[in-house]
This record gives sequence, C-alpha cells and structure tokens, in this order.
Amino acid sequence: MENRITDIGPPHYWQFLPPVIQRNYGKWKSHEIIQPGVIKYKAESGEVVYAVRCGTPRLETTDYVREICEIADKYCDGYVRWTTRNNVEFHVTDEEKLRALLEDLKSRKHPGGSYKYPVGGTGASVTNIVHTQGWIHCHTPAIDASGVVKAIMDEIFDYFGSHKLPAQVRMALACCLNMCGAVHCSDIAVVGIHRKPPLVEDERLEKVCEIPLVIASCPLGAIKPATAEVGGEKKKTVRVNVDRCMFCGNCYTMCPAMPISDGQGDGIAIVVGGKVSNRISPPKFSKVVIPYIPNEPPRWPTTVKWIKKILETYSKHANKYERVGDWIERIGWERFFELTEIPFTWHLIDDYRLAYDTYRTSVHFKFTSHVETVTEIEY
Amino acid sequence: MGEVKKHDTPLMDELKSGPWPSFVDDIYSYAEKHKKQAGFDIMGQMELSYKNKETHWKHGGIVGVFGYGGGVIGRYSDQQEKFPAIWAFHTVRVNQPAAKWYHSSALRKLCDLWDHRGSGIMNLHGSTGDIILLGTVTEQLEYIFYDLTHQLNMDLGGSGSNLRTPECCMGMSRCEWSCIDTQDMIHEFTNQFQDELHRPAFPYKFKIKISGCPNDCVAAIARSDFSIIGTWRDDIRIDQEAVRAYVGGELKPNAGAHSDRDWGPFDIKKEVIDLCPTKCMHWDEGQKKLYINNAECNRCMHCINVMPEALRPGLDTGATILMGAKAPILEGAQLSTVIIPFIKTEPPYDNIKNLIYKVWDYWMENGKNRERLGETIQRIGLNRFIVDVLGLKPLPQHVREPRSNPYIFWKEEEVEGGWTRDVAEFRKRHPA
Repeated sequence: MENRITDIGPPHYWQFLPPVIQRNYGKWKSHEIIQPGVIKYKAESGEVVYAVRCGTPRLETTDYVREICEIADKYCDGYVRWTTRNNVEFHVTDEEKLRALLEDLKSRKHPGGSYKYPVGGTGASVTNIVHTQGWIHCHTPAIDASGVVKAIMDEIFDYFGSHKLPAQVRMALACCLNMCGAVHCSDIAVVGIHRKPPLVEDERLEKVCEIPLVIASCPLGAIKPATAEVGGEKKKTVRVNVDRCMFCGNCYTMCPAMPISDGQGDGIAIVVGGKVSNRISPPKFSKVVIPYIPNEPPRWPTTVKWIKKILETYSKHANKYERVGDWIERIGWERFFELTEIPFTWHLIDDYRLAYDTYRTSVHFKFTSHVETVTEIEY
Repeated sequence: MGEVKKHDTPLMDELKSGPWPSFVDDIYSYAEKHKKQAGFDIMGQMELSYKNKETHWKHGGIVGVFGYGGGVIGRYSDQQEKFPAIWAFHTVRVNQPAAKWYHSSALRKLCDLWDHRGSGIMNLHGSTGDIILLGTVTEQLEYIFYDLTHQLNMDLGGSGSNLRTPECCMGMSRCEWSCIDTQDMIHEFTNQFQDELHRPAFPYKFKIKISGCPNDCVAAIARSDFSIIGTWRDDIRIDQEAVRAYVGGELKPNAGAHSDRDWGPFDIKKEVIDLCPTKCMHWDEGQKKLYINNAECNRCMHCINVMPEALRPGLDTGATILMGAKAPILEGAQLSTVIIPFIKTEPPYDNIKNLIYKVWDYWMENGKNRERLGETIQRIGLNRFIVDVLGLKPLPQHVREPRSNPYIFWKEEEVEGGWTRDVAEFRKRHPA
C-alpha cells in the first residue's frame, strides 16, 4: 500500500487530440458529410480534417482494439476516437490517405465474413445500436444484448452505410427495465422485460436480504413481511402480492433471494418514437408499441422482423427531417398501428402512474382499419 | 497449464455470419490466438444462456480496490464447475478521457494490462462512458489498479450510489456548434469530485453529462441527474452568401445527410422556414435574403443543422442547466427539467460547482434510499426545489404551462392574519 496513488482522475484529453484538432480547437467553422461515414470538417484557419466513422460491436477483445491501434498508427499518427454510440472514428487530413484508409477498412474481415470496421453511421442513417451487457455479463437481464444487436444490425446493415432515411434513426437496447443508456428516448428501442413475479427463497432470504429495504424497493407496495416454516424452523421472509407485481425486478436488485428471470416468461418489448435532440420538437420518451416478443436466440427473428417493418414503414411515409416520433405524432398513433400492421392490444393502454395523460380526451381521431361499427351491445 | 477446452457452441456460432462485426468471431479468434480459457468459457456459458434463455451470472458480489467504494462490479458464474475460467468475472470501470479521444500508445498499454490481468474482453465504452474491462478475479484488482495509476495515469470510474463517471460530447474538439468547452468542464468536474466519484455517500447514483449544443449528442437531457447543455443568447450568425448557395443548390442541405435518396431540389420554405417551431424566420425571395427574428428563436438548431455553412450559433454563449433525468423504475422515466435557463461557463466553473454542492447537500439530507434527484424534486415539488432549496427565482421558463388546478399549498406567512383564528368570533358572525 506504500506510495499508492489514488484519485488522479482520467488522463487529460488534450494529449490525445491529433495536432490538427489541437490547432483548431474551438475554431471549427462547418462540416459536410462527403459520403456516408465520412465527415469533412473545415476550420476557420482553412484547415480540413476528415473523420471516418466505423461501427463496432462495443463488446470487443484487446486484439480488436490493437487492430484499431494499428490502423490509427498507419493513417492517423496513432490518434483515434470513440463516439457516444460506440462507433470508432479515424481522422486524416488529406484525401489520398482517406481513400487508402477507406479501402483498408473495407478489406478487414472476421473469419466468419463479417466486416470488422464497417463505415457509416452519419446523417440520415441508422447508427450503431447503443446497448447494455445482456447474458455476457449482467445479473439481471431478461434478454441478451450483443447478440440481439448483431441480429438486428445484420438485417438493417444497409441503413448503416447509407443516407436513405428521412432523418437519423437512433436505436438502443436495454436488457432489462433498469435501462442503462438512453433507451427510453430512442427512435426505436428494444427493452428486455420479465413477465413472472419473483420467486421467494424462504430458506435463504433472511440471510442475504434486508427485508425493510426489499419492501421499500417495490414501487407498488406489493411486498409484505412474512414468516415461513422451513424444515420445522421459523424463517423471516416476504410474500409478493402477485396481482400488483409489474415485473420491474427492483426487488431482485435489492434481494438475491427473489430471482425474477425466467426462460419462458422473459422477452422483448419494442418502444418507438423517442428522441433526445431539441431539434424542431422537444425531446420525448419512446412509447411501447409491442408489449412482448419471446426470446428467440440466436437470431431473434420476430424482433428483427418488426424492427425492420417499423423502420421501413417510417422510411416510406415520413417527411424529410422528420424523426420517427415526429412522424407518428403527425399521422397519429392509430395510423401508425395501421401502417405497421402491429396488433394493438390492451397492454398498450397505460395503467401506471399518470396514465390519464395518455388517454384520448377529444374526438380528434382517425377512422383507421381498427374501428368497427358497433351496432349492438348484448346485455 | 493444460490444453484449452473449446465448448460446443452451435447457437453462438450462428452469430458469426452476417455483415455486422461479430463479437463471437472476435472472442474466438482472441481465445484461440492467446490460448485463453476465459474466452472459450464465456462463450460456453453464453451458449447455455442462449439455450435456457436465462442469464448465468449470480446476483452481485461486493469487491473493490482499497479505499474506493466503487469502480469495480463483482460478478460470479452460477456454472463454476462447467466454466472454471470465468468463475469470477468482475468488471472494472476505467474513467475515460473526455470525449473519448485516445492515442494508440495509451490504448496498447491498456490492452497489455488486460491481456495480462484479465480476460482480454472489454467494452468501448459502457453506457456511462467508462472504458469497461470485463472479466477478472478479486486477487488481480489491486494489481490492476496499481498498473492503471502508476503506468497508465488512469483511474477508476464510478459505480454504486456515487457520482458516476461524468461524460460529454466531442465539444470544441471537432464541432462548430459547441457553445461551451464541454471537455474542459468534464475534466475539471471529474477531478474536483474525485471523492464523490470513488466514495459513495449518496442516496443513489448521480450522473453529470454535458452537451455543447441543443442537439445534445451525449443525451444529457435524457439520462443525467445534472444536465448541462450549451446555448447562446444573442443572434444566430448568418452568412447570406452561403444561404443563397443552399437555395441555388450549390451546397447540400443538412451537410449532405440525405445523399442517398432523391428528395427533390432544396426548398428553403418547406425545409427550413415552415419547419421552424417558432416561425421566426422569413426568406425574402425578391431580396434573396434570410431574416431571423432572434427574439422569438427557441434555439432548436434545425435551421443551423440544415445550413451549417450559412448559419452558426451566436457569440454570447453559456449553458442551460437542467436536472432530474432518469430511466424508468419507481416513478417512471423522467427527462431533465430546466433549472437555470442561462449560466456563464468560465473556468474553473465555480458557479456550477457550487450549484452541484448545493444540490448534493440537500439531496443527501433529504433523498430516500434509492431515490434519484428527479424523484426527490417530484416529491417535494419543483417550485419548492427551485425557490426554497436553491434560492432561485421562479420563471416561466421552468414550466411548459402553469398548473391547471388551483390547489396551491399557500404558506401561512403569505396569508394575511395567518392561520390562527378564533372559533368563538366566527360563531358570533355565523351561529351554528
């Protein structure tokens, strides 16, 4: 413990900025995306830098990162940057190097044939899917993360490397309702959900949990203290009022003796129409449009199918610059369900706090295919 | 050391095909090259998860480095006999340099460290922004920390009920729209708040994120308890020559973001003027001149995004401070709420630091266990938080609309004569 260094904080960012970035720090004038994945920045000084953006799987090995270092050394004097959405960015100052870099990136593939560093993620595209850990590392997930993302991105790969969409589409995945990352404000997002109440391990609970904390952790007051007899011994434990459980998993976070994961019960909810940017309309939350899709490893075909369907319906019907949520608000949610052919079920009508704010309190609605004329009501 | 054991993983192998980078191929290539059993075992355990559709990591596990209350997350397999190389697979969060710029010399050192003392598997980056090193055992933690601080000049990030690693957009390093120096601010705050980052004292997690402009590329408004978003108060700078170049078709709208689809010729009325949320712009076709009524502008960035060569944020820059964002659970999702419409951001940012300390003091005293700041604000009321806790003036900028119910919690001192009344006197006027 002698000479132990602590609390030094992160390395100073300045040493990692390429010289052209240092010289023009705070003095950039404008930019242009010269092709999908390549942004040309102009400084007030007249200097230019090209940023080449590549998708990465986020979950990666040191060898994969070393290869990024090798590319950075070869073309960028060793400098490299990551974006908030887990893309990697290489910077070059002349076009010749740019062309060589792009060729080089295209040629690098994994043994199974996937691109290591696909170029794209700029402008009116789907950029890299922000995601969480899932089954590779998390203890509370309802779904996997990296595998679902891989399956989705494979299917909509073309939208990563092109500018075909009406606006950018920001996608995200959270493997449980804790939602590490801004999943709740994404154009299209995948959220892992549980659908069975937690198991209660009477025998173990008092040893590993603080019962008052577990009770307090339930947002719906569905947990109460109890005593159970296990092998002739009285144990302090809890009981769950299952009618009140909304499967959030907060109790499991507080108490390992209340596991909630279940291979049959868990699955995927799709939420759409959220955004973070203040551009044109204010930031907004994503809304649930598909309440449940079963876990279908390894390729999650139903999830992939619906995401593609939503993306392509949006692409076909939205105006230029219109984000998914803005498009839906313009046409109305009832039209969204008609166009995407997503079944509307009772699960989509909110019954949580402030649910009333989402009810329709006007007769401003459209007669979409959902509406059937009611002629008789039996008594 | 015996032969490494490769598990049969038909489901994981399915994820090798397709164009998107395959993490399965990456992990297998790495494990084979370095003869790393952890790589094979993690794929084996994941295969089991793919079969059972359930995670195989045990709940929690308290581990860490001496003197720190966060930065390492304990993780243990519930299949330790089948996959002994990953019986423990702890996460180490390493505080990233602001805006995630690196030099390969630093990254290589990190890779060497992780090959030597961990699984070789990592995330660039975690959702909070940290470099995530996935997979090591408790005995290695002190060595990892020693190497990080002594050789790499790096430190751990936050986890648990403490300040999480602050994060920012790329700011002035590459973006012409950044109204504030996001990287300098994040570096300054991260260093100032080392104690809060490493030694949890909060009711729950606390996140600080900074975006340089209202485009908010780091999603500060959606996911940070304390969101700082760069803005300007004066006029949008206009280069009329460049506006005409957009109208004339010489410049591509939105910096070329729509290049793969034929949207027809650029129409400034349809694409800019009519989409302006406050309708504060006017294109004079005769004069070929763009007019902006800046007093009505709400700085949504759309016009600037569409015509980056022609329009730029103003020069009287600063930040808007918002507080209280979080993802769902408990009270549901919340976006950050405007608390200070405009604040000047000059190093060393003492005004913002003082505000953060003020918020923490109150929240640490009054926040319930596992209650995020946004939930505390909701519980006591935004008006009380702004006026009583922070001592700020209430402003129309704080709300989208004023309340529609008149159930106001008047304070006794606001009401003439106070609340103490005489029943006998009342009954003299109003016999029962």
